[in-house]
Amino acid sequence: MKEIDYEQIPILKIGDFLVTSIQIPLHDKLAVKFQQDLLQKIEKTKAKGLIVDITAIDVVDSFITRILVEIAKMAGLMGVKTVLVGLRPEIAITLVEFGMELGGIKTALDLESALSLLRRCVDEADGSDG
Amino acid sequence: MGDEKVVQVKSEYDIVVARSVVRAIAKDMGFGLVDQTRIATAVSELARNIVMHAGEGVILVREILKGETWGIEILAIDNGPGISDIKLALSDGYSTKGSLGVGLGGAKRLMDEFEMESAPGQGTTIRVRKWLPK
Repeated sequence: MKEIDYEQIPILKIGDFLVTSIQIPLHDKLAVKFQQDLLQKIEKTKAKGLIVDITAIDVVDSFITRILVEIAKMAGLMGVKTVLVGLRPEIAITLVEFGMELGGIKTALDLESALSLLRRCVDEADGSDG
Repeated sequence: MGDEKVVQVKSEYDIVVARSVVRAIAKDMGFGLVDQTRIATAVSELARNIVMHAGEGVILVREILKGETWGIEILAIDNGPGISDIKLALSDGYSTKGSLGVGLGGAKRLMDEFEMESAPGQGTTIRVRKWLPK
C-alpha cells in the first residue's frame, strides 16, 4: 500500500509571504518532505518571508525543535526570514526548563504580528539594498 | 492504583502514541496543563531514545502513591545496546545519533525524579516520576 499521501502540510501564499500550519504530528519522513516542499515553494513563489504556525502542536520535543531550527536555517539560506507563531504558554515553559534553543528563530504571538514583523524585516532589507 | 498501561514502542509512530497515552493518564490524575506538557515531552524523549538506540522497547505508565502524595511513574525499557557512560549520556550536547543531544538531560529536568540503569549489552531502563502538587 502506498503510504501517507494525505499526510501533507499545506503551504499558503499571502503577498510576499508563505504561511504554513503544522497540525499533524511530525515524524522523520514527513518532516523531511515538509522541508523540501517548503523550499520548493519558496523558490517557485520567490517568497521573502515564511510564517510557521505551531498552535496545534502540543509537544515540542528535541526532534520538533531540530526540524524547526533546520527549516529556519534552510529558508534563511534562500534569503527568507522565518517567524514562528502560536507557541503556547505551556510549550514556552517546557522549552526553557528543558533547555532547548530555537536557534534565534523569530517568534510572534499571532499571525497579524508575524506579518507586520516580516514586513518590517523586508522593508529594512529593501531599504539597505537601495 | 494498579492501573498500568503498556505501550509497545517499535517505530516513530509509537512515540506519538506513547505520549498521548501518558498525557491522558496525567490529565485524569489531575495534573495541570503545564505538568501534562512537561510529562508528555519527557515521554517523547524517552520513546525516541528507545526507537533511535534500541529499535524497540516498551513504555510503562502507572499511578504511584508515596505517603499521601500521588504521582505518575513512567518506565522506558529496552533490550538495546545499553549505555556505558550514563553521566555522559545525560550531559547536554552529547548525542551519538546526530540528534540535538539534549534529549535525556532535558527529560530529567522536566521530571521530579529520574533514574537510569544500563550497561553495555544489557539494555536500558529509565524510570521517571512526577508528583501531583497538593
